[in-house]
Amino acid sequence: MTDPSKPIDVEALREQFLNVVFDEYEIELDAENLATYAISCGETAAKFTDPLDPDFQAPPTIGSSFHPKTRYPEGFPTFRGLGMDAGKAVSPTKPMRAGQPITARTHMHDIYTKSGRSGRMVFFVNRMEFSDDTGDLLGTADTSIVIREKPQS
Amino acid sequence: MTVSTIIDVEFGEELPAFEPDTSLANVKRFAVAAGWDGPRFTDHEYARKEGLPGALVPGIMSQGFLSAMIHHWAPTAEVHLVDTVFRAPCIVDQKYFINGVVTDIDESTGAVEIDLTVTNEAEETRVFGTAKVIIPTA
Repeated sequence: MTDPSKPIDVEALREQFLNVVFDEYEIELDAENLATYAISCGETAAKFTDPLDPDFQAPPTIGSSFHPKTRYPEGFPTFRGLGMDAGKAVSPTKPMRAGQPITARTHMHDIYTKSGRSGRMVFFVNRMEFSDDTGDLLGTADTSIVIREKPQS
Repeated sequence: MTVSTIIDVEFGEELPAFEPDTSLANVKRFAVAAGWDGPRFTDHEYARKEGLPGALVPGIMSQGFLSAMIHHWAPTAEVHLVDTVFRAPCIVDQKYFINGVVTDIDESTGAVEIDLTVTNEAEETRVFGTAKVIIPTA
């Protein structure tokens, strides 16, 4: 664990860890699960709810539902502080479809800070990229984690 | 009224609010389908033992509600981004409203930006964010 009395060296972390893929695995989507996912969210269009529809596809936010098998890159330090899920952003480029082999690769996309009266907050953004078997990008999903640093004494 | 093409979209327009099904049965169905069937999403008692007010509606389900609202309003819309901040938890079996307001329109490309919120009966914002969608230009 890093020394909590010292501020996190954001520049050093960016230098070492940004844009390096640290997790990769294959996904295959199940048609019935996709339809249930969409219907339970309130989607009504057949292309999301009916596996027999010729344009059947995953709902556009499906990318947010996948986790990397490894949460952080190897060697990434652990921090004392309040770690919280700061949000998710999903950006589909092409539809994901049932039975299609999909590769999910994750890298640390950004590390940045915001400062306020209660001290500094450090944000870590992991980006998962989805591609099909030809290498075409299907979309991305970002997960942001924020750590509030302990105020320096 | 639903939107078919970009000329139907008005700046400042409020999308028809949508009241999602946050019942335990529906959240369980979602959680199993998404592979997120942990007890904090599907068991009130377990969640309370963890110090939560009750079982949680997964944040990714709130994203799904927001996307569904967009499709109810504009069935031809292609969702290109849903960016959300989970400000406070949404609790299973409580009533929520899924809201959106058009904040930017590019008639040449069909691009529309929508401010998104998930609010509760006390009108507190639990989730907020932005969507970018493309609506057909003709």
